[in-house]
Amino acid sequence: MKPGIALILAASMTAATVAYAAEPQEERQMTMKQIGGAMGSLAKMAKGEAEYDAAAARQAFTTISESAEKFGQQFPEGSETGFDTEAHPDIWTNRDDFDARVAKLKADAAAAADSVGEDASDLGQKLGMVGQNCGSCHETYRLKNS
Amino acid sequence: MRKFIGSLIVLAVVAAVILWFLSAPSPLPQSAFDGLADPDAERGRQVFLAGGCTSCHAAPDAEGDDKLILSGGLAIESDFGVFHAPNISSDPDAGIGGWSFPEFANAMKAGVGARGEHLYPSFPYTSYTRMTVADLNDLFAYLQTLPASSEASLGHDLPFPFNIRRGLGLWKLLYLKDGPVVDLAGADEQVARGQYLVEGPGHCGECHTPRDLIGGLKRAAWLSGGPNPDGPGIIPNITPDGGVSSWSAADIAYYLESGFTPDFDSVGGSMVAVQKNFAELPATDREAVAAYLKAIPGHPNGY
Ligand code: HEC
Ligand code: HEC
Ligand code: HEC
Repeated sequence: MKPGIALILAASMTAATVAYAAEPQEERQMTMKQIGGAMGSLAKMAKGEAEYDAAAARQAFTTISESAEKFGQQFPEGSETGFDTEAHPDIWTNRDDFDARVAKLKADAAAAADSVGEDASDLGQKLGMVGQNCGSCHETYRLKNS
Repeated sequence: MRKFIGSLIVLAVVAAVILWFLSAPSPLPQSAFDGLADPDAERGRQVFLAGGCTSCHAAPDAEGDDKLILSGGLAIESDFGVFHAPNISSDPDAGIGGWSFPEFANAMKAGVGARGEHLYPSFPYTSYTRMTVADLNDLFAYLQTLPASSEASLGHDLPFPFNIRRGLGLWKLLYLKDGPVVDLAGADEQVARGQYLVEGPGHCGECHTPRDLIGGLKRAAWLSGGPNPDGPGIIPNITPDGGVSSWSAADIAYYLESGFTPDFDSVGGSMVAVQKNFAELPATDREAVAAYLKAIPGHPNGY
């Protein structure tokens, strides 16, 4: 299967699941999985495990950026616990800082999508720029519970 | 009856004297420092990264290069009270700039401070004790190249009896052991290097192993995870029976390099600092850690 088609399929499957998941805790976990999936397909290209495809790379960065936008809205009051959430309670007390991190992921991923190259030479660097957002937010706002 | 009470008192005094001697700090013998080569500060930087000293000794809000100013200040909450990581910068008064190498090695390997006092195991010397004197020599030289800070150390907020350092002597008899934790006799060179990094400088067990009531590591449940000491949540089981059971050795090495799990979840919590440090070490060290984690016995989740 071409990576492009795989992405579209993955995206539509996730969209279908999201439509059934009613709780914000579940929705945001789904959104994060989607972001993880896009990072995974980019990393495969960067590591040479999958053939480089500029259109698919652009699509993956766009998915991350759009998902980040959605993710920021999936933390309403009352969704602090339950449904296996791994969200840190500090999200609801440091909302401005959390929102700023969401906005930065969205902007960095959009900038990467806009500047995707014809070959894989700078994909690793782009991946690093977008990827550093993941750990730095998870460091403070995500708690493993299993 | 008089006689009985009399002998009880004698017994109590004898016990107290024995306890007093047993609890005495025991520094390293002078011979530990025989034949030491000239220190290599550049190698010392790698020991410093593996040891993760900045996680506790940098100022809590430091970013970027400021993390190399080891002024201390981080509050470490525990069941026994609040510890504050001290200033270990190169400042001769506020930090450890005036210490000799044997004083430093005694702190790291024997948990004994420069005034001969017991140090609290919130400083993970229970792992650092397995570091070689040669590595410590390089590390000490590297620490001296880092900036000085005159920030005074904060001291600890501990209730009685935990504020009495001497009492730590008995705890150390139980838990300060410099031999390997896991018996991997006949392990190849790579696994042996991984064992050194994990059980020694990397002090992975200090977070990933459950503790007993008096704060000692449960060695029989080595690396099986535990409750998060910093708040809600858990620290994962990283034995072959934990969540990493489906990870290959290459996956573990990639996680330490990039922070990404095989399904592209990203590292979080206090592991972020550890991962960033290990990303700067040679690939062979990350592969060695992975090989060790694959070689150790599996245990059910420790939380
Ligand atoms: C988990 C937190 C933590 C880490 C990691 C850590 N330390 Fe410490 N360290 C402490 C605490 C807390 C103390 C204070 C112990 C006491 O007062 O008894 C301390 C004390 C010390 C001391 C004694 C200072 C004095 O004034 O007596 C030295 C030296 C030291 N650490 C060096 C290091 C080095 C080098 C590293 C990295 C290889 C390191 N530490 C990593 C928490 C940490
Ligand atoms: C300061 C505490 C701390 C230390 C020291 C530490 N870890 Fe961790 N580790 C964690 C936490 C917390 C997590 C969970 C990370 C997260 O939230 O994604 C973790 C996660 C991991 C994982 C991923 C497990 C999973 O199921 O996702 C591995 C592998 C790991 N650590 C290995 C190590 C190794 C190897 C060392 C020593 C070199 C080490 N850790 C030292 C706290 C620590
Ligand atoms: C602004 C903060 C933030 C950023 C940036 C961020 N995450 Fe997350 N992530 C979270 C939080 C919070 C959770 C836990 C959500 C929950 O369980 O309710 C999470 C959970 C996850 C999960 C687990 C989903 C599940 O439940 O299975 C994955 C995978 C993940 N993130 C990947 C990533 C990747 C990859 C990036 C970078 C491209 C990233 N995250 C960036 C905050 C963030």
